[in-house]
Amino acid sequence: MIEETHLIDLENISKEYDGTTVLANMNLYIRKREFVTLLGPSGCGKTTTLRIIGGFEYPSTGRVLFESKDITNTPPYRRRVNTVFQKYALFPHLNVYDNIAFGLKLKKLPKKEIEEKVNAMLELVNLKGYGKRGVDALSGGQQQRIAIARALVNEPEVLLLDEPLGALDLKLRKEMQLELKNMQQRLGITFIYVTHDQEEALTMSDTIVVMKDGRIQQIGDPKKIYDEPKNAFVANFIGESNILEGVMKKDELVNFAGHDFVCVDYDFEKDEPVDVVIRPEDILLVGEDAGQLIGTVKSVLFKGVHYEMMIDDGQFTWKVHSTAMQPQGSRVGLSIIPFNIHIMHKPAPIPEKEAEK
Amino acid sequence: MNQIGSMPSWAIWAVLAFFILVMAGIIFIRSKRGKDNLHRGTTAFASPYTLWMIIFTVLPCLLIGYYAFTDSTGTFTLQNFAHFWDSNYAKNELYMQYGPEAAALIRRGTVNVDTLTYSLWMALLCTIICLILAYPTAMIMADRELKMSSAIVVLFVVPMWMNFLLRTIAWMSILEDQGLINQLLSALGMPKAQLMYNNNAVLLGMVYNFLPFMVFPIYTVLGKMDYKLHEAAQDLGANSFQTFIRVTAPLSLPGVISGITMVFMPSVTTFFIPRILGGGNTMMFGDLIESKFLTEGDWNVGSALSLIMMVLILISLGILRKADPEGEGGGLM
Repeated sequence: MIEETHLIDLENISKEYDGTTVLANMNLYIRKREFVTLLGPSGCGKTTTLRIIGGFEYPSTGRVLFESKDITNTPPYRRRVNTVFQKYALFPHLNVYDNIAFGLKLKKLPKKEIEEKVNAMLELVNLKGYGKRGVDALSGGQQQRIAIARALVNEPEVLLLDEPLGALDLKLRKEMQLELKNMQQRLGITFIYVTHDQEEALTMSDTIVVMKDGRIQQIGDPKKIYDEPKNAFVANFIGESNILEGVMKKDELVNFAGHDFVCVDYDFEKDEPVDVVIRPEDILLVGEDAGQLIGTVKSVLFKGVHYEMMIDDGQFTWKVHSTAMQPQGSRVGLSIIPFNIHIMHKPAPIPEKEAEK
Repeated sequence: MNQIGSMPSWAIWAVLAFFILVMAGIIFIRSKRGKDNLHRGTTAFASPYTLWMIIFTVLPCLLIGYYAFTDSTGTFTLQNFAHFWDSNYAKNELYMQYGPEAAALIRRGTVNVDTLTYSLWMALLCTIICLILAYPTAMIMADRELKMSSAIVVLFVVPMWMNFLLRTIAWMSILEDQGLINQLLSALGMPKAQLMYNNNAVLLGMVYNFLPFMVFPIYTVLGKMDYKLHEAAQDLGANSFQTFIRVTAPLSLPGVISGITMVFMPSVTTFFIPRILGGGNTMMFGDLIESKFLTEGDWNVGSALSLIMMVLILISLGILRKADPEGEGGGLM
């Protein structure tokens, strides 16, 4: 179970490279045994955050606390943190056994103990008997497991994973996702996981931190992030969305796409412009007479579980997911229940000076 | 008149005709082979290279072998190698014919063997010094944050545009009695130093000339090394020193081996540098072979000496190759 004590605190962390802001005033805490995922498009600062926690980069401003002790300037080899690198970074001159034993040998543990631990690790990652092999002779998935074993054998408090599954094919990736999650729960280690794959984040995490342009957009558990995205960016990045501009008429009444809709949101100013987000699977296809909106099916794509239809109501082209197919060119009614209409404040405009960068 | 102009015109035509013939042959061979058998067809492309190797590498070696095992009349003999072991061999042969009194004067001359051991010793020293100087240099060049690589590359490469004889002679004007260093010393009121005509000056000349051949292979290996490996080592608890010992050094071994090969081999066969900077006080094996060929005109003994050196170099190459089986250093092997 996740404990309430903070293991790592990032306080007002900023990072600049040659005048470019990579991280802007970031605050984040990570609890013991938590599986935290940093999610965002490339260049959003997620890897930089991980590297600051690992000790490979130092923040321009701010502090990193580990169990309330300042470790901002502690070098990586003195942190109780281990990393699984993006392309594994296994030592090519060492075999599997020596790769895993690397950290233990540095700690000068007795040979017998090293052997026991390494073998236990090999068993944990299902690579028993691979110790003598060279690392270049292994497949991507096997190298991945070795990289994880090499980090975990040191019994770190925190394991940092930098897009560890990026180089694997889809099927293997799904398997490894489950395996990693299992491992994390069994060993009770805190995982900080960096990915740009929203599905991966939703599958594995206890907490997702959505980032963009060096700023945290939203922190929350997967369900909350998916169901209640804080802004249009999060909504768009996590899953697929229809995003429209709307106006809040009054509490629980919003106008978009030329119609008034009943919704469940309140505490907005009167006539405040807002972003409206509606998930494609939340739009119901009904008869022409029963719909709140009426549109023409422009295109139909078969996606396996469902069909993806683009439906034009004359003002906006809706992306609709449904298991029932409506033929192209047909007229359909669209219906949205109030609970599925997500309304968010427009993001505060980025100050001029920063927008230039 | 330049060299090409002074060549007889038929030679140019012969080279041209040969080239056309080879190309035609390649095209013919490739067209005959099926498209699925591409790999075998490509070996034909190597034929000009093979011919080149035969003319400029295999043939000279065979010639040296021929001279080494024959005497001046062309009959088979092993006595050229006896000359290596006993540099007084020819004189001693003469003494033998004048009865026991003269035979008592027979003494083995060890000049050749001594020169060889001296050459090997100097080459070893040169290689070690080069390695000590080159490794840190290569590390500085490969350091991403220092961004010094292009500046240092220029520093190393520009002198190489000059002929190595000139470069060596240039050292004379620095080291000699009225040279730069001594002028500076006397200007400062210090006693003059004897810098030229000793082992150290020869060693300096060798290190100076061969250092780039050590720097570049090591730099190549260090430069393409994945810096994530350093981070991985640090992540697993290695400080900078441990990272170097356990990761950087073993991974740079191919470059070091390649560098050692490229410095050791030419340093054993060094000539001219000892003559200029050593002032004739010292002689290396290269000078010895050169004098056999050019001064004494004894091609047979000269070839035997060359052959002995070739065998020694091949043995050392074999040992080095054991340490770097894949030839990753991209050296001469």
